[in-house]
Amino acid sequence: MTMTAAQSALTILAVVAATMLTRFLPFLIFPEGRTPPAVVTYLGKVLPCAVIGLLVIYCLKDAVFAGWHGLPEGIAILFIAALHRWKKNTLLSIAGGTVLYMFLVQAVFV
Amino acid sequence: MRRKALRAAFPYTLPICVGFLFMGMSYGFLMHSQGFPLLYPVLMSIFIFAGSMEFLTVELLLSAFAPLHAFLLALMVNARHLFYGLSMLDKYRGAGWKKPYLIFGMCDESFSINCTVDPPAGVDRGWFMFFVTLLNHIYWVTGATLGALLGYVVHFDTTGIEFVMTALFVVMFLDQWADAKDHRPALLGLGCSAVCLAVFGSGGFIIPAMCLIILSFLLTRRQLEAPPRRTKPAPERKEERV
Repeated sequence: MTMTAAQSALTILAVVAATMLTRFLPFLIFPEGRTPPAVVTYLGKVLPCAVIGLLVIYCLKDAVFAGWHGLPEGIAILFIAALHRWKKNTLLSIAGGTVLYMFLVQAVFV
Repeated sequence: MRRKALRAAFPYTLPICVGFLFMGMSYGFLMHSQGFPLLYPVLMSIFIFAGSMEFLTVELLLSAFAPLHAFLLALMVNARHLFYGLSMLDKYRGAGWKKPYLIFGMCDESFSINCTVDPPAGVDRGWFMFFVTLLNHIYWVTGATLGALLGYVVHFDTTGIEFVMTALFVVMFLDQWADAKDHRPALLGLGCSAVCLAVFGSGGFIIPAMCLIILSFLLTRRQLEAPPRRTKPAPERKEERV
């Protein structure tokens, strides 16, 4: 841990506040159940797909600049894609990919 | 009335129970392996109660102190809840004192049950939705706590375990890719983020990437919306999302 307790508490509070804002806001601005503007509906349809892409890149942000330039991460992601296509089991894909990655960084790409 | 609603709600939450215990335990175990005391995963799973954001918060807590960055990231990651809320405006009406808790606990899974399942005749809708939300909340907090406790008992080389978060998002990406007819939004998200990462580096790319994604969507709205199909918000629903 690099932060002081107060700094971690503030960080967690910021995350809680933003999460709660996204959950409570519709009930605060549309108390009568009015329909939202079309642009909001549009963003609601396209944004979730894009955000997951953003999160994948976010997870790889340090790996691509590291010694192996994301090679172990790339192998594990290909493995997850193959496993997920084959078994279509979310938990298995996550567990399998993580175990393979741990093996790669502990035993192969040391 | 309460017991009847609990009995009606429980079967719908069973599949979520398995997923939440597994992902919650991974999350708690990850927190422990990164050196956080038990209180952290317990409190975070209770109060944030948004799985993917909790995994991301581990990363945030290990980086430099930047609360505004944390706030904006959480806003963007959880923006989908805005649209869940819009779909639940009517259903949550009349739930009385339970309504604030229903909104607080509206994770992907609770939303997908409460939005699609009509409680059997004679079961109060407000209590049914309350127990769906509460049970899911309990599973998640239990999983996170058990995972963190497991960290004290089980000892092995945990190098690389943080990849569980990457694996989670990759699987979510694959699922939504398989479900979507139009892959352009997903590709746009990947592309904008990759470009911003190359330009701004790993420390400061996320806020420019968010702005670029929203801007691109606003500029290409005409192309992406054609042919116009929906008039009502219909957020995507996933069973295994956390």
